[in-house]
Amino acid sequence: MNIKINGETRDLGELDPETPLLWVLRDELNLVGAKYGCGISQCGACTILVDNVAVKSCSYPVASVGEASVTTIEGLADANGELSALQKAWVDLDVAQCGYCQSGQVMAAEALLRSNPNPSDDEIDRAMASNICRCGTYIRIRNAVKTAAGQLATEE
Amino acid sequence: MTSLNYDDIGDIVEIVTSVREESHDVERPLRIIKLDRRQFLKMTGAVGGGLMLSFGASKSMAVTKPGAFQPNGYVKIDDSGIVLYAKNPEIGQGVKTSLPMIVAEELDAAWEDVTVEQSRIDQAAYGMQFAGGSTAIPMNWEALRRAGATARLMLIEAAAKRWNVGSDSLTTERSHVVHTSSGRKASYLELATEAATIPVPSADSVKLKDAKDFQILGKRVTGVDNEALMRGQPLFGIDQTVPGMKYAVYQKCPAIGGKVKSANLDEIKAMPGINDAFVLEGNNNAAELLPGVAIVADNTWAAFQAKRALKIEWEETQASTDSWSHAIEEAERLRHESGPRVVDTGNVDTAFENSVKQASGFYRYAFASHAQLEPQNCTASFTDGKLELWAPTQTPGSAIMSAANVVGIQPTSVTLHQTRCGGGFGRRLYNDFTCEAAAIAKQAGVPVKLQWTREDDMAYDLYRAGGFHQMHGSVDEAGKITGWRDRFITFTNDGNRPVSGGGISRGVFPGGLLENVRVEQSALEWKNRCAAWRAPGSNVFAFVVGSFLHELAHTAGRDHLDVLLEVLGEPRQLGPRGMHTGRAAEVVRVAAKEAGWGRDLGEGRGMGVAFYYSHAGHIAEVAEVSVSEDKKVKVHKVTVAADVGPIVNMSGAENQVQGSVVDGLSTMFNLAVSFENGRVQQRNFDKYSMLRMPSAPEIDVHFVKSDYPPTGLGEPAFPPLAPAVYNAIFEATGHRARTMPISEEGFSLA
Repeated sequence: MNIKINGETRDLGELDPETPLLWVLRDELNLVGAKYGCGISQCGACTILVDNVAVKSCSYPVASVGEASVTTIEGLADANGELSALQKAWVDLDVAQCGYCQSGQVMAAEALLRSNPNPSDDEIDRAMASNICRCGTYIRIRNAVKTAAGQLATEE
Repeated sequence: MTSLNYDDIGDIVEIVTSVREESHDVERPLRIIKLDRRQFLKMTGAVGGGLMLSFGASKSMAVTKPGAFQPNGYVKIDDSGIVLYAKNPEIGQGVKTSLPMIVAEELDAAWEDVTVEQSRIDQAAYGMQFAGGSTAIPMNWEALRRAGATARLMLIEAAAKRWNVGSDSLTTERSHVVHTSSGRKASYLELATEAATIPVPSADSVKLKDAKDFQILGKRVTGVDNEALMRGQPLFGIDQTVPGMKYAVYQKCPAIGGKVKSANLDEIKAMPGINDAFVLEGNNNAAELLPGVAIVADNTWAAFQAKRALKIEWEETQASTDSWSHAIEEAERLRHESGPRVVDTGNVDTAFENSVKQASGFYRYAFASHAQLEPQNCTASFTDGKLELWAPTQTPGSAIMSAANVVGIQPTSVTLHQTRCGGGFGRRLYNDFTCEAAAIAKQAGVPVKLQWTREDDMAYDLYRAGGFHQMHGSVDEAGKITGWRDRFITFTNDGNRPVSGGGISRGVFPGGLLENVRVEQSALEWKNRCAAWRAPGSNVFAFVVGSFLHELAHTAGRDHLDVLLEVLGEPRQLGPRGMHTGRAAEVVRVAAKEAGWGRDLGEGRGMGVAFYYSHAGHIAEVAEVSVSEDKKVKVHKVTVAADVGPIVNMSGAENQVQGSVVDGLSTMFNLAVSFENGRVQQRNFDKYSMLRMPSAPEIDVHFVKSDYPPTGLGEPAFPPLAPAVYNAIFEATGHRARTMPISEEGFSLA
């Protein structure tokens, strides 16, 4: 089985096609940015993009990817390794506490901004409601999304 | 000399739960109520004061280039850069950034020149290394300043030698030594080899900076791992891999105390991707290794599939039959009976007799799970009698001791690599998961990464205990509070003393503030393990006492703010580890002023205030809410005023307060685990509903400038949130909610 991921095609060899994409990323491809939190699409720590749509990879069989392109947090920086606007905003605003959920948060925000580059506060809240931050960094997450969308000055 | 032994989990738990509070010695009087009717009442002997062991700290040092300047465990400078070592586990409280900031300040390094690395676990070099009790800053502040200042002094001496000038003619700035009169300047990197030859000066010859000269401390600094997080780098326990590693899961009895009678091991071993399956007997220590079935597989998914296919017959004669509904029934009965007094000052009976008005209320809070977002995991490799662990633990020292015990080797044969932790909240103080990984790796004969499922994580937690308080209080003609009685019904795991975080001492508010205070304490026997959970004790007592104080103010027909300030009284220090009432009153006044206390809010809207002192932090919070007809609560704004001494990292400090407010709201509205027949009823986030972004309120944080020593901030902003919001809901609706989570009274977050 092959999979298109972060601009490359990777050979997965023999694999149970029902394996959730999360465990293929983590155990087979050594892409560990997406995290396991609940296994039932509740927490969003495993969020990645399939084409441009946010997907909970813990509950998404690898066989469902087909010809689509998968993007993980490892694939957001540009070819020179420069962080994306969202990633930079997350660093500049010091969003993370433990940081475990933040890869999933960034990917959920990435999906939002790809479909809606200038979201309202309500639209941000609704899109990000699929992701839990146990440490409670929601205020900074919201500000980071707005900063990346150009709605807030980059200086704190 | 007293040596600190971090190998005994009891020591750390003691620090975590009682740090800077009044002595807990007074909580011993306890009436034990047996809930499990299958067995006779049996009082066990004291189990406290666990065996004290010491172990020789590893002598191994980090790989160091020849000529590197490494005057202590915190600083390493060579021609490639300045490395500062963070000694304690990072669980989201920000210590991997804040502790090295303190070193960098006194070293006079430019922060952008610094690289931070997690230190090795080495008691000789670092003393106690753990995350808990909001202690990292107060316990390490002085030592880290001296470590940085010592290195700086040696770099100055090196430059003095090189330039043949007096060291007092030299200064430092931004990672350089400067000779102002000649204009000469040398970087710390250039001076490292020479500094390494300078004898380490005595600690008292080192001069520390004046606070007004701080360049780094108090500034906003982004977390040192933030960029690596954004690149998906393998920082956490769950991200670790070692060559030849297999993936393991472990199934324990759904009721704690059960043993494996039989299991379909042959069927499991025949499944695709499965390498091995076996029973572990456990070592009769619930904090280390419970009995269960281990499965070793080629990948996590195969292991999870096999775990689902397990058919285990459990032997449950000693297993938990804990029942939350039964505990509620017992508490309903017990609240009408007096119990042993743990606090009894003045004369409460006389105060009640002479009072003008009285109020009473029965408060209840549920058990709660830590639900740190990274489920427990540990990677372990056991070869030639040596054990290596990669562990997201809050207590690496005791993890080493416990794992050594479980696999039967000396602690000196264990190496533990501290990983970043995906949340802690107290759960990772306990090292059952590391013990399991060690035992499975030994038995399987291959390195394994043990992964708990979320369902495991919630079923085998050490929970924040539930509890019940029958409150009674009185006021006099002037509306002053005269008497306060708390009939407390808690839980005991060992049949001897309350669970950790479930015992009231005389330092608990309003102890030491009111003349006539009585606390009675009874305990229900409970098998499911209970332990420290963010701000242990304070996280629930604040809800009860902060709400009941408001009840009494209302009974007296007075403004809550006035009554709170009256109770705090004249500025004074209450015991060596108690609160300072002047600092307390100041944060109350600041929070009230900033929130606009007293302004007209209109129908259906209310404001509540609460103050709580915990973990040496003085914190007041004011909540403004509106409540709809169908009990939907909109929290418009939470205003926080905190006095925790000088701030180390302004960004991190503010983040901790914001997070505590959100965690506090999440917990008071929705978080409860219940038990029936010993089994946890909530096993994942579909039944344990954490707050999400749309419900996060505006949070306005104010730090009161203070010259007191700096104290920690991982916990103390949590406790005042719940009472502030409960009081605001009362002001908005006239309904006094006395149950936590408040969803059990029909309220939900808008």
